[in-house]
Amino acid sequence: MNEIKLMKGNEALAEAAIRAGCDGYFGYPITPQSEILEYLTLEARQRTGMVVLQAESEVAAINMVYGAAGTGKRVMTSSSSPGISLMQECISYIACAELPCLLVNVMRGGPGLGTIQPSQGDYFQTVKGGGHGDYRLITLAPSTVQEMVDHVRLGFDLAFKWKNPVMILADGALGQMMEKVELFPQIPRKINIEPWATVGKPKERERNIITSLYLVTEVMEKINLDLQKKYKEIEKTEIRYEMTGCDDAEIILVAFGLVARICTKVAELAREKGIKVGVFRPITLFPFPYDELSKLSERVKGFHVVEMNAGQMVEDVRLSVNGKVPVEFLGRMGGIIPSVDDILQALELNYAGALL
Amino acid sequence: MNEKTMIGLEDEHFKQMISEESICVAENIVYEKPSVLTDTPMHYCPGCGHGVAHRLIAEAIEELGIQDKTIGVAPVGCAVFAYNYLDIDMTEAAHGRASAVATGIKRVLPDKYVFSYQGDGDLAAIGTGETIHTCNRGENIMIIFINNGIYGMTGGQMAPTTLIGMKSTTTPFGRDVELMGNPLKITELIAQLPGVYYCTRVAVNNPVNVRRAKKAILNGFKYQDRKKGLSFVEIVTNCPSNWKMTPIESNKFLEEQMMPFYPLGDLKIPTDKGE
Repeated sequence: MNEIKLMKGNEALAEAAIRAGCDGYFGYPITPQSEILEYLTLEARQRTGMVVLQAESEVAAINMVYGAAGTGKRVMTSSSSPGISLMQECISYIACAELPCLLVNVMRGGPGLGTIQPSQGDYFQTVKGGGHGDYRLITLAPSTVQEMVDHVRLGFDLAFKWKNPVMILADGALGQMMEKVELFPQIPRKINIEPWATVGKPKERERNIITSLYLVTEVMEKINLDLQKKYKEIEKTEIRYEMTGCDDAEIILVAFGLVARICTKVAELAREKGIKVGVFRPITLFPFPYDELSKLSERVKGFHVVEMNAGQMVEDVRLSVNGKVPVEFLGRMGGIIPSVDDILQALELNYAGALL
Repeated sequence: MNEKTMIGLEDEHFKQMISEESICVAENIVYEKPSVLTDTPMHYCPGCGHGVAHRLIAEAIEELGIQDKTIGVAPVGCAVFAYNYLDIDMTEAAHGRASAVATGIKRVLPDKYVFSYQGDGDLAAIGTGETIHTCNRGENIMIIFINNGIYGMTGGQMAPTTLIGMKSTTTPFGRDVELMGNPLKITELIAQLPGVYYCTRVAVNNPVNVRRAKKAILNGFKYQDRKKGLSFVEIVTNCPSNWKMTPIESNKFLEEQMMPFYPLGDLKIPTDKGE
């Protein structure tokens, strides 16, 4: 029987990092995720010997992650929106050098210094690039504190499987709220040495070099083509999503993270009113479940996307649906979480005609 | 009697004495390429100090027998390809971040030898924050700082260490303090930090200085065993191409202009015996 606890999202994620056998965390305080650094500082070293270091900036933190990830260890950082913006240059280096690591963004409202309240405003930044060049982050979107835990273990597994940075894209509410969580048992820290890691070159092997610099254009194109090939493979094999009540649904609410849970309540209330509503929740935002949404679009009257931003994931839903049925959108910004009433009203307004 | 017979070159005994096998023996070797230096031809300009600095690092790693325990971090700048020349595991950092990258490596591999190799723009302009904090935390690494007072790779722009009055492509009339501020003596600043165990300024412009520089680099590796803090080795050097000088002129400028402002010598030496 696994241990069950009542935990705050950020602390649960930190606890999961220790239990996942994480070797190093490098971070910088920023609301609403500072509990991750605090919890790890208090707990990690004495329990597993894990390195926890408060860096002088997010720029330094992500570069420490880059160096440490190059040694083949399980390493991670976490931050919130403005801090993640600061990290983008190095995330691009990490993606190009194909190093595994775990990144966590507990999103707050922007743009600019914005607000410390929850938001999903960094969807574009995370799944469309963020830093320079053509690269992708495998992106996991937890919707419960339980998933804040589970995605840490899954994130490290995917990072090493694909030699790619993995981003957990949470929001300030998930980071701050408390829920019951089941914690997986302690996984031992890594002892195996990755063949590509910079750990000191024995006489018998070639030196390992971690770089993203290739001045010969044909070589740099080959690096890019290989990356794209990898991303295609990831798109084939790693798509994760959850469907609730979609079998007989006429309208599908599409939302990720916390908003999907609100949508589940909306679907319940809508069904009481006789409107058949289902909820589609992408769990991986890259790779995005385009085909699954496309299939659904063959048999529903419409989609309604809800996000805590001005409309970001909705673009990917529209790409999936490709004009076959309407795709409506409701977004709240500035740190406001859309309420059940907000969504239900929008749903009824937008689909009044279609449902008569 | 031909010339060869006259000087005895045809003599069998003499032939044996001067054969390749008889000459190339350990006791006759006075100079050779360190095994830790690869055979890749260096891209550095004629007369540049980088090549000598690389060689000294290679010699030190070879002498200490730590090739399998050493990880280097290359900067952005002229030494961006340092990993092509040193036969060790290396990571190429983003501009200015080498000391943060080195911190990450050392923290998860505390028993390995870790060094960063950075130029003046990298270390003292864009990377000043990382430099100061890495030094102040007393990370058990060595930072090798190449100061030639100019941005080499991008074609000779002003560096934080460019001397007052010195010309560059962005100080075409000479560095004017009113407009561009003062040259930064970052090594003097770093020597004040409690996390710094050893701080020295050396040069590689003549044999005596090369020997001192090598000693400093050896110290920077050896002191990592003591886990007492950071070793900072500045190598003040030349840039003939971007100073628009011949190598000889650049060495003269180095001695007459650079060294008076950046004086050679130890700024901080260990006060304990390493116990």
